Amino acid sequence: MADRVYLDILGSRFRAQLSYRTSFLLDFAAQMVGQASELVVILVLFGRAKEMGGFAMHEVLIMYGIAGVGFGLADLFVGQLDELPRLIRTGQLDVLLLRPLSTLAQVATGDIQLRRLGRIIAALAVLVTVLSTSDIHWTGPKLLLAATAPLVGAVIFGAIWVVACSVCFWIVDGRELANTVTYGSNMFTSYPITVYPPWLRRFLAFVIPGAFVAYYPALALLDRPDPLGAPAFLSWCSPLVAVAAVAVAGLVWRFAVRHYQGTGS
Amino acid sequence: MSALIVADRLRRSFHISHRAGFLRRRRTEVVAVDAVSFTVQRGEAVGYVGPNGAGKSTTIKMLTGILTPSSGGATVCGLDPAKDRRALAARIGVVFGQRSQLWWDLPLSESFELLRSIFRVPKDSYQERLDECVELLELTPFLATPVRQLSLGQRMRGEVTAALLHDPELLVLDEPTIGLDLESKERLRAFLADLNQRGTTLLLTTHDLDDIERLCGRLMVIDHGRVLADGPLAELRAEVVTERTLVVDLTEPHPPLTGLPGVREVRTELDGLRQHLVFGRSDTTAAALISALVDRVAVHDVSVAEPEIEELIRRLYKRTTVPDAMTDL
Repeated sequence: MADRVYLDILGSRFRAQLSYRTSFLLDFAAQMVGQASELVVILVLFGRAKEMGGFAMHEVLIMYGIAGVGFGLADLFVGQLDELPRLIRTGQLDVLLLRPLSTLAQVATGDIQLRRLGRIIAALAVLVTVLSTSDIHWTGPKLLLAATAPLVGAVIFGAIWVVACSVCFWIVDGRELANTVTYGSNMFTSYPITVYPPWLRRFLAFVIPGAFVAYYPALALLDRPDPLGAPAFLSWCSPLVAVAAVAVAGLVWRFAVRHYQGTGS
Repeated sequence: MSALIVADRLRRSFHISHRAGFLRRRRTEVVAVDAVSFTVQRGEAVGYVGPNGAGKSTTIKMLTGILTPSSGGATVCGLDPAKDRRALAARIGVVFGQRSQLWWDLPLSESFELLRSIFRVPKDSYQERLDECVELLELTPFLATPVRQLSLGQRMRGEVTAALLHDPELLVLDEPTIGLDLESKERLRAFLADLNQRGTTLLLTTHDLDDIERLCGRLMVIDHGRVLADGPLAELRAEVVTERTLVVDLTEPHPPLTGLPGVREVRTELDGLRQHLVFGRSDTTAAALISALVDRVAVHDVSVAEPEIEELIRRLYKRTTVPDAMTDL
């Protein structure tokens, strides 16, 4: 079965990476510290101000947590797309094209980096802590939302990643450009969009659907209406946005690979 | 026999943009492969040769589905490579001399195991082919070694095994012997020759003409994106090489053996102990020449030296037009 193939590929990656234990542990710790440093920034800001864009600290931390776990998962599963320029340059992408599997899935699983779990664990710890200590009126749908929001966020980030990295098929060293979009959108989504100027907000919410990663789900969890006046149902729409984002990403990727097959070198 | 590869006016051009003044770019079209047509029958071993940039790799990439042709088309194993890349991948094996399909951080055996999973090869047929390759290519000593620690020769043997695990009908090799030492080259050639004997079709590009001499019944010469010649090596040789040389070792030194019928030139070595008799292919035969010789002197040994294959290809390059008889093969 197809899934079995990818499990085998992932399994081989895990074994290979765990065989360098010290290096793995250091990388893993570095990822945790990286995620935690963003937390420190938020804590410092709230040491000075009572609220940020109309949101209290625990509310911002929920957004940070959802975005952090979502981004971490996306980074784990599709972050390897950053290697695309290298794969193209060295011709290694040709090797992938000679296998009876999807190119995207091969790039994603081919060099998965387990150390990125560090980031996910750090963000997850913050999210669980803040959700359990905040005064949230828990209902069934909200529990489901809290559990799925990071996953849906990961899918949205993943789609953004795929679209951004597809640029590399045209621009030989498009990595910097792609990183601006991918890592940049992580930073944006960790804060309530109310802190941004209106044009950026719109861009974030609807062009790059970053606002659907953490901002809208957090509003629903907190029972807060959108201070910007968006209808309440929008807060529950992230899964739909994720599906649409995946569809767009799939099309862009296919188009990009076609372009490669039409260019080559 | 049935056709395994059919290339039909396969053409591939690339657009390259140059700077032409400030912010202005001019696009030029470079034709890498220009309307190449040929057919490879099941079971053949074809050498695809030409200088750098002749269009060899581009042709290979179009035949394997990595590149889409600009125009024209191909059928490989009954499939259109541009449309059915994944289905085709399961039926062909490809070895690139300069890029690896193995995982650098995994032992060779685990790389094979992973490829078995990727190509969905049933366990028993996988084991059968692996055992065979391990034995013939002598992989046992380094099966457990991570790929990054293998020598080039060892890695290439691993690459060839990797390409054969799913029992492909066609094996495409792009410069398979590049960088290998003589012994590794010979071992690989012997293995490939045997593989071809047992029915696997081979298509290989190479710079090493010994590969062709040793492996390929048929030679295709490409330059500037066009097939210059296509046919059995011996036939191409007969066509462009009009002279042959009989090398004669005598039992004792002798002055140059001039005056033999059909001989155009005589060169001597070792004070006349060895003599090179250059004769016209159409003027006489080696057999007639030898019988004329033994009447005159005591002959120790004779051999017919064919011109070097490099020389053959150089002459083919010089020939600008391709006779119809050759393109229709």
